[in-house]
Amino acid sequence: MNFPGSGIIKGMAVTALNIVGSYFDRAHAKRLITEQYPEERPKLAEASRSFPFLVFDGDDPEKGIRCVACKICEKECPPQCIYIVKDTDANGKPIMRPKVFDIDISVCMGCQICVESCPFESIRMDNIYEVSGYDRFAPLVLHKPQLLKSNAYYHGIRPTEAAATDARIEAARLRKEAAAKAAAAKVAAAKAAAAAKAAGEKAAETKPTQPE
Amino acid sequence: MSPLLPQTVLDRLHAALPQARVELVNNPSPSGQHALLVHREDAVQVAEFLKNDPELLLDYASDVSGVDYPEYLEAVYHLFSIAKKHGPIVLKTRTGDRGADASVPSLTRVWKSADFQEREAFDLFGIRFEGHPDLRRLLMWEEFEDFPLRKDYVAPNDCEYEPTPHGDIVQKAAAASASPVPQA
Amino acid sequence: MSASSSNFFSGTADAGALEVSLGPHHPSTHGVFRMNVRMEGETVVKLQPVFGYLHRNHEKIAEKNSWLAAMPYTDRLDYICSGTNNWAYAVAVEKLAGIEVPERAEYLRVIVGEMTRLQNHTAFLGFILGDMGAWGSALMYAFREREKILDLFEELTGARMMLNYARFGGVRCDTPAGWLDKARAYLATYPAFLDEMEQFLTGNEILLSRLQGVGVLSAQRAINGGLSGPVLRASGVDYDIRKVDGYSIYPRLKFRVPRGEVGDCFDRFMLRLLEARESLKILQQALDQIPEGPVVNPAVKQRGFKPPAGEAYGRIEGPKGELGFHLVSNGTEKPYRYHVRPPSLINLTLLEEMCLGTKIADVMVILGSIDIVLGEVDR
Ligand code: SF4
Ligand code: SF4
Repeated sequence: MNFPGSGIIKGMAVTALNIVGSYFDRAHAKRLITEQYPEERPKLAEASRSFPFLVFDGDDPEKGIRCVACKICEKECPPQCIYIVKDTDANGKPIMRPKVFDIDISVCMGCQICVESCPFESIRMDNIYEVSGYDRFAPLVLHKPQLLKSNAYYHGIRPTEAAATDARIEAARLRKEAAAKAAAAKVAAAKAAAAAKAAGEKAAETKPTQPE
Repeated sequence: MSPLLPQTVLDRLHAALPQARVELVNNPSPSGQHALLVHREDAVQVAEFLKNDPELLLDYASDVSGVDYPEYLEAVYHLFSIAKKHGPIVLKTRTGDRGADASVPSLTRVWKSADFQEREAFDLFGIRFEGHPDLRRLLMWEEFEDFPLRKDYVAPNDCEYEPTPHGDIVQKAAAASASPVPQA
Repeated sequence: MSASSSNFFSGTADAGALEVSLGPHHPSTHGVFRMNVRMEGETVVKLQPVFGYLHRNHEKIAEKNSWLAAMPYTDRLDYICSGTNNWAYAVAVEKLAGIEVPERAEYLRVIVGEMTRLQNHTAFLGFILGDMGAWGSALMYAFREREKILDLFEELTGARMMLNYARFGGVRCDTPAGWLDKARAYLATYPAFLDEMEQFLTGNEILLSRLQGVGVLSAQRAINGGLSGPVLRASGVDYDIRKVDGYSIYPRLKFRVPRGEVGDCFDRFMLRLLEARESLKILQQALDQIPEGPVVNPAVKQRGFKPPAGEAYGRIEGPKGELGFHLVSNGTEKPYRYHVRPPSLINLTLLEEMCLGTKIADVMVILGSIDIVLGEVDR
């Protein structure tokens, strides 16, 4: 089949096959139908990332917040879109909690470097892509209350990663506990030793006076 | 492919062009890419030699970039040989200073590939490449006056900042990057 | 647009010459690019590309940020091929600091890099048809397949286009469970798609007459003009950095380097098809051989990374050509000099030479055959 125009005809055949083929999902042998977005949503891959959010433990966002306002992520963020102010206690002393935590998502490029650099497992990537607002600026700055999301939510969107995070936190806690226990044991042992020594000394002291 | 050492190139250069002022610049990095620093007046001659010498045949000037140092500007050429499949040989030329005498000869006539890249270095660093066929700004617009990639470049403060609560982020970012560290 | 109001070129236009500004808004999806063209009749007698519409001084941004913070910005150079951009930057930094990369990471880089090449070349087939005015089917088919590779990228890295995947001395994360099998299964269907594309396009008489003999470039000119990648090889030059430098694990993998004979647009077109097939071969081998192990060198501190003072030039064979980074460190947390060698820009060096004497309609095709992305041209 090699006459002038045969290439075009071959190409047309491919187009025709594709028109027919567009009604069927060849790999799964079923009809291809339009997805009814937004009622029906495709399942996102676990790794999908959009913008960061802050994880909190338990039910109370303020109490459970993991972030300690160390500002490492603020420093590392390439386009500098994180803004943190440390909280203070009643006496004006800074405490390990953010008072302000803003992320300007009109600037954020979803690079995940904040997540990688946070040593306290407190900032993670979300996978919400439909973000919009009525204004170009203010609605696109997310404040702390909007950023805080529960650990359960985190488990919902990325189960594997969240489980690994929890395991790490748990391991760290156990290590800390074990260390505390070891320290306590050490103190106790030292105390016991001191007591024993004192007792021994006492015994030694009293020994000579003991009647034979 | 056997690696081509800058020292070999230098020896051949000295043998062929004894009067050319070329020296070896040591590169302390683990990359070991030592450079040949050629005096700007001899640059075109040396470049012709490097390109045509049957042993070297550095026919491919892959990369041209400018570097800003406190005393002078530098044009850096990364040369490869497609015929011999060796490289890179790093060729450097320096301007006299960063102001009136900021010029080096253009090597575009030797390697056409330097054309746009020299224009870019001219645009962003203000290195004037003497003898370039068409030395105009490449990326910035014609009327632009400063050289953005120089270390002492001050960005004009005429952009409209977003009215977000991030006023001090802008300031902080500016403060953090205001003073570049000059190379030791 | 008339000869009398000529102000594109210095000097007066000849009588009868017409000057046209093509762009800066050209719907050929390559980006915001302008060409000032002087024509006599329909024949191009002078052409001047105008750059900078997408300029954001990527290099300055990188020099103001930490070494690691430049990584996500490299995604945005050639936004179709962010996987290879990351890789090239990582290679340059590794040269600069003398960092070893673990085996598995090298394999993952090759897998992501070759998939990037595959989807770039696939998209190219669609784009160049668009440049010829066949806007639609070819691009749709190409993007349909590219989408599936992007799905794989999303599962691996979290993003479809801005992968931000390489790290100094490795890659950011390991594969999720089952990813390698999925990739293998999907790539097994790819040759059929390439066959389909070939049947669809390469015999088409209209396509042949638009591509053959257009924009011919000799090997010698291509080398002198610094062209690289498929455009260089289409002119018959046997130069593939994967073979020449033998970086990463490429010396271990069997593949051929296709070459063109004429150096016209058709050769450039066919070369992408052939290279896509070679990429598939590489992918198959890499997916079969990939060992277990760590994916990043644990000795490297990504945050607060400080390479020793010195400079280095590192390059890889990107889908568009030689993508290199020239880095100068003064031992601090920020690059002293950070320079990108953008293949897209340098491949345009000889655009005028290729276009002179052709018809204006062919300028689009020649531009398309070079395959540029303006994010990288203008940086
Ligand atoms: S994802 Fe990247 S850009 Fe966004 S806040 Fe985190 S570090 Fe900044
Ligand atoms: S999110 Fe993490 S890195 Fe950022 S301030 Fe809070 S604890 Fe520090």
